[in-house]
Amino acid sequence: MPSLRALHQLLDESAARWATRVAVAQVDGKTITYGALAALSDAVRDRLRRMGVGPGNRVGIHLRKSIDAVAAIFGTLKAGAAYVPLDVEAPPSRNAYIVHDCGLRALFVERHWREALATAVEHYGQMPPALIVDVADATDDLRATLATEAAPSVETVVPATDALAFVLYTSGSTGQPKGVMLSHRAALSFIAWCTETFAPTPEDRFASHAPFHFDLSVLDVYLTIAHGARLLLIPETLGKEPMRLAQVIAAERLSVWYSVPSVLTLLAQYGKLERHDLGALRLVLFAGEVFPITPLRRLKALLPRPRYFNLYGPTETNVCTAYELPADVPPDRSDPFPIGRTCTHLRSMVVDEAGQPTSDTGELCIAGPAVMDGYWNLPEHTARAFCSDASGTRWYRTGDLVHVDADGNYVFRGRRDRMVKRRGYRVELGDIEAGLYRHPMVREAAAIAVPDATLGVRILAVLTCGAQPQPSIIELKRFCADVLPPYMIPDVFTFAAALPKTSNGKIDYQRLRRDAGC
Amino acid sequence: MTVSTDPAAIRDAVRVYVLETFLPGEDPAALTDSTALIGGRIVDSLGLLKLVTFLEERYGIEIAAHEADADHFDTIEEITALVRSKL
Repeated sequence: MPSLRALHQLLDESAARWATRVAVAQVDGKTITYGALAALSDAVRDRLRRMGVGPGNRVGIHLRKSIDAVAAIFGTLKAGAAYVPLDVEAPPSRNAYIVHDCGLRALFVERHWREALATAVEHYGQMPPALIVDVADATDDLRATLATEAAPSVETVVPATDALAFVLYTSGSTGQPKGVMLSHRAALSFIAWCTETFAPTPEDRFASHAPFHFDLSVLDVYLTIAHGARLLLIPETLGKEPMRLAQVIAAERLSVWYSVPSVLTLLAQYGKLERHDLGALRLVLFAGEVFPITPLRRLKALLPRPRYFNLYGPTETNVCTAYELPADVPPDRSDPFPIGRTCTHLRSMVVDEAGQPTSDTGELCIAGPAVMDGYWNLPEHTARAFCSDASGTRWYRTGDLVHVDADGNYVFRGRRDRMVKRRGYRVELGDIEAGLYRHPMVREAAAIAVPDATLGVRILAVLTCGAQPQPSIIELKRFCADVLPPYMIPDVFTFAAALPKTSNGKIDYQRLRRDAGC
Repeated sequence: MTVSTDPAAIRDAVRVYVLETFLPGEDPAALTDSTALIGGRIVDSLGLLKLVTFLEERYGIEIAAHEADADHFDTIEEITALVRSKL
């Protein structure tokens, strides 16, 4: 693997070795072998190249999680372009912004989403040329799309390893998502670390729980493909149904699970795990948010056999520290487990507010090959996200506050800004407020995060409406669904005559948090 | 405590649970028997699990995953009918 320059070479190498093994499976029973996936992604490559797509371009993927979507991803990479996965659950207005912001050269889109997206994109300009797939997880729909126009077979492009491979959009504090740019080298260095740490084999069966626009999917897709293993795609809807999810994990004899802790909490609480044989599971990996100790203890009691790893890292670096949990959770432990030590492909340091290295609590900074190139089209944000040391090394500032415990592990202590994690997703509270301000009856809006013993946080929105009548909460929730992704919709709405202000006239969030009992 | 299984009582119990759990502060009149709970984003995926658990424990029934979706379980009216069919 060290000799590889590009992510799609992982697929072609595995296809050469394991052509007849199943690479990707859907829960409806549809599967594709390594040989067939390599061929289908070649056909995607040929079509994209014929459309003029190549190195330096970006291609949007607006398909539900499916074999077709995986083939579209690899085909895009083989054309030398970078892929930009869109959140199929996000409102069209948000995805339209991404289509425009990222300057997509082409777009894969399911037929039933096309019109709403195209209408929303009109606000900014023109829709990019679209490859329309009827229903991405049905049989042979992508093949049917490709068959509509013949394209000559061309060579796979193997770009420089620092070429852009994908752009993942995350919540931005200004009310628009921002695109994190990641290179082939960034993902390959991470996959090499995963290989060393988790020792996958072709017999492994990985779950793909996270959506493709979420950085957890990088491990799922590329670690599986690198090792000739089998990837089971968990559809977006099934991922939220713990009882059916537990049945699928058992029936498919999954051996590696990777998700946000809140999904594991729901599995332990509602999945009726005791009814199923999950004996094939050897690794349970979680990342994206703090795993509260009570549900974690419950999960480990129900599933004692696997090894458990707490993986930590922002999208900008992917996983950068890791901690293997002890076999037993000590009965007196009430704090979450540490985030662990720095992964071997990266370096870390902790800095104080002045940017100087400190041994106290400070901001975690990361350097190394897996760090992002920057934010798409946002040079000022990019400049603020990095600092340099005397040697000129570029360090990504995570914004996460940590300290080192007696065992040498990093312990997460909080954020230095207003970003929170909700069900593993990054949520800038300012992004929610920007959405609320779009409501015609809202005069002022403040969003705060309130701790929740089971799921980490709940979002509370405090609104003022001035002399206007206050909208119904039912109507507000519907409105939010039109402008925000589901994980950003506040749990609770309250109304106030006025928001508390600090002496310089800004919203007093500390006071709001105190009023909410934090 | 005996739980009434009269349709009106089930409807009221579901209404009170939805208002208190998912719509604190809402005018009760804004929530009707035909308000779309899942489709209207009032109840999210986690909320649905809580609602199902509440009903299973209160009425001693079991609700399968495929029964609790937006097609069959979206309004107070549909939820009441499903609970009634299992008693």
